[in-house]
Amino acid sequence: MFPYLPQTEGDIKEMLEVIGANSVDDLFADIPDDIYRKEPLNLPKGISEYDVYKKMSALAQKNKRGVSFLGCGSYDHLIPSVVKHVIKQPTFYSAYTPYQGEISQGVLQSIFEFQTHICELTGLDVSNASLYDGHTAASEAITMALNTRKKADTVIISDTVHPHTLEVVKTFFSDNDVKFKVLQSKNYLTDLDELKKHLDESVAAVLVQTPNFFGYVEDLEGFADAVHENKSLFIISSNPMSLGVLKSQAEWGADIAIGDTQVFGLDKYFGGPTVGYMAATSKLMRKIPGRIVGQTVDKDGERAFVLTLQAREQHIKRERATSNICSNQALAALASAVYLSTVGWTGLKKAVELSSGKAHYLYERLTGECGFNPLAENDFLYEFTVTIPDARDVLKKLEEEGIFGGVPLSRFYPEMKDAVTIAVTEKRSKEEIDRLVDLLKRVVK
Amino acid sequence: MSNKLIFELYSEGRVGYRFPEQDVPAKPVSEFISGGVKREKAASLPQVAEIDVIRHYTELASKSFGVDAGFYPLGSCTMKYNPKINEDVASFPEFADIHPLQSEETVQGMLELIYKTTESLAEITGMKWGTLQPFAGAHGEYTGMKLFKAYFKKTGDTKRTKVLVPTSAHGTNPASAHISGFDVEEVQADERGLVSVESLKEHLSDEVAGIMLTNPNTLGLFEKDIVEIAKLVHDAGGLLYYDGANMNAIMGKVRPGDMGFDVIHLNLHKTFSTPHGGGGPGSGPVLVGDKLIPFLPVPDVKKEGDTYVLDCSKPDTIGRISGFYGNIGVIVRAYAYILAMGSDGLKKASEMAVLNANYLKERLKATYHLAYDNTCMHEFVLSAETMKEEFGVSALDVAKALLDKGIHPMTIYFPLIVHEAMMIEPTETESKQTLDHFADVMLEIYKKAKDNPEQLKAAPVLTPVKRIDEVQAAKKPVLRWISE
Repeated sequence: MFPYLPQTEGDIKEMLEVIGANSVDDLFADIPDDIYRKEPLNLPKGISEYDVYKKMSALAQKNKRGVSFLGCGSYDHLIPSVVKHVIKQPTFYSAYTPYQGEISQGVLQSIFEFQTHICELTGLDVSNASLYDGHTAASEAITMALNTRKKADTVIISDTVHPHTLEVVKTFFSDNDVKFKVLQSKNYLTDLDELKKHLDESVAAVLVQTPNFFGYVEDLEGFADAVHENKSLFIISSNPMSLGVLKSQAEWGADIAIGDTQVFGLDKYFGGPTVGYMAATSKLMRKIPGRIVGQTVDKDGERAFVLTLQAREQHIKRERATSNICSNQALAALASAVYLSTVGWTGLKKAVELSSGKAHYLYERLTGECGFNPLAENDFLYEFTVTIPDARDVLKKLEEEGIFGGVPLSRFYPEMKDAVTIAVTEKRSKEEIDRLVDLLKRVVK
Repeated sequence: MSNKLIFELYSEGRVGYRFPEQDVPAKPVSEFISGGVKREKAASLPQVAEIDVIRHYTELASKSFGVDAGFYPLGSCTMKYNPKINEDVASFPEFADIHPLQSEETVQGMLELIYKTTESLAEITGMKWGTLQPFAGAHGEYTGMKLFKAYFKKTGDTKRTKVLVPTSAHGTNPASAHISGFDVEEVQADERGLVSVESLKEHLSDEVAGIMLTNPNTLGLFEKDIVEIAKLVHDAGGLLYYDGANMNAIMGKVRPGDMGFDVIHLNLHKTFSTPHGGGGPGSGPVLVGDKLIPFLPVPDVKKEGDTYVLDCSKPDTIGRISGFYGNIGVIVRAYAYILAMGSDGLKKASEMAVLNANYLKERLKATYHLAYDNTCMHEFVLSAETMKEEFGVSALDVAKALLDKGIHPMTIYFPLIVHEAMMIEPTETESKQTLDHFADVMLEIYKKAKDNPEQLKAAPVLTPVKRIDEVQAAKKPVLRWISE
């Protein structure tokens, strides 16, 4: 009756005989009688595969898709077909963590290649097999900084960082004696002079994001020098797609680079699974959390790959581990690696070029003929923020026309009533963009 | 092309993907941004054709091993079969193509999925409500520990700074307690392999926030004193955390909530059949009893009439623990599994998991040393200690010998309290024939260990690479490819 359970009545009988038990229930005799469950669970009984399909299909239909101009940490980029074909390979997706290197060379090599992709993009020396998402990666990066600067207890975070990153980090350290200073930006850009005022010996790390939450490109000239003079660590979070044209974290002088590779071949999937990436200078190698794959040789001297530097990890170090992370986002990281291998450096630049061109086309029309004010007149790539009167109502009306016109920032900052952050990827056609503009002209009084 | 890295297949001018042409009047991006922020050094990414990508990764897939390829009795990891319908429904674009910041009206299916999965998991575990946000088991443990902290902060009982963890616990338990700001104290197991009630009593005090337990424990044994343990911990003012890594043994048979636990995490990638993906993504939902509900992370999902809403208004919440709502793609698969199995199927799954483990144990215990000779639950632990003394063959050697037989080895050298441990978890999705084949192979390996130990120590020989030099990997770390 249950296709995932192969044992027949005959098998069960034979097996019980070998065990020397009278019934399957006998095997559960160690469960005290007063808590042993006699009633069935209060759930429906099992159903057929086709009934599962129908139910899940009905559930899926309750979601609405649309032409998306949404960003703020999740983007509607093109995904080459090869990506999904690769991650559907059964020996990739039905494998566990590659503890047994000799039969896991494929998984291990793919992680080694992922690490290389991340090092190449960020310009830093060492990466890992992945973290949960870009937000939790910030907590891990800050932990590294606190473990490096043991006497410091303060972390400075720019207020242009994604507000969810800030919330996740604050939760993470709420029971450890760590202080947070949220750095006030100037015209929606992180202010170096303001940062310098707050740098003192208590500061372990400084975290900034570029392009920042509002879409603006931060100019981080002079930041690394100021942070390093103070002996603090500099952490830069970046949408990795932007690294196709913007300075890499290493070029800005960061010690740790973090972010989220959702933009590389991953579905939006209501926010997960995505991949938190991390890279750091070689000095921090032994403080990096999570799985790391290294290259070595087998006993015949052939190149081989294996999980390494495990002395950092919780199954060896237990409470003294650098992190508790164990399962990561491996299959999603594989998808991102396949994406990067497929589009290559020229493709990556092309995706940013196309997206940015379209975003600027829309921006010109919105701030020109539509007369909307930009939140600030700062440089941006393919995400920007404008003020649209009665934003929530307007977006609602667009939604009824099948267009998700942008993310209302009042969702994060109640006082930013009419600010809307709009992302335009290479997937949006001129027709779709023009339609958005036409509808806005009609809807906004 | 075998053995080459994708970076080594580079061929200038090759293209693996064609983007659409620009269809709006656009200036080059270099004109949008000032010179100072422009990247200086190009990244050395591969340049390959589409077929190169597919051949490369097909080659890598052929040098990997999954449940779909063969038996995978990796103890404590519950490598059960991943039903294919789950993959199909997870690929529905109405799930995959949904943005996390769409309006509530447009994501009713997602919110219903979260609500109903939480409800089902609460029923299965005997808890009241929970969160699906944790990305993995360890992330769930961390969430649970934050709930402990928040609870005691609220009750003003802040001198409770210690968390008790048995010596047999998963390594993530002490690590999670530690990063959440607790000091970890280990509780010894007694001669039965169970938590020693006497030892526990000595540890309990008004400084103890609680205990983290898995039941059945990592030896595959049911902690039969659990009701007494729960009472002792609660009477001392502490809380109980259940590590759900071993939940596959007890679905429909006994519930952690009924045992007295206050908070539990599950591993959907173990018990609820979602694929492990070579190390993730997993999902580690946390379920709680009444007294911890106010502290759950935000956003929570609530039902108001016929609609589902996101609720961020929880004054005592521990806060946000992940960027959005967790690994929703994994949760879709787990929910499909719960629907397919139902109350009867889940119970039967646990029964068969326990039957399979006991059967294998019986077939092997006359030959291999069984660490604790008891009725086991879903897994059991053998020890290669005597083998090592007698023939010089270690648990690692046995594992490597299995590789040549097309079987994924068991977990070795864990739990730490058993020397030369070999931890075997067959799961319920394996047939008697598969178990018999494994038992036969294990008996053959033992014979070889006795007759020809040197040959065994040379294993594996049929794998893509021979035994790997792990020491060199750690001594001279090469963690990325570098272009010449």
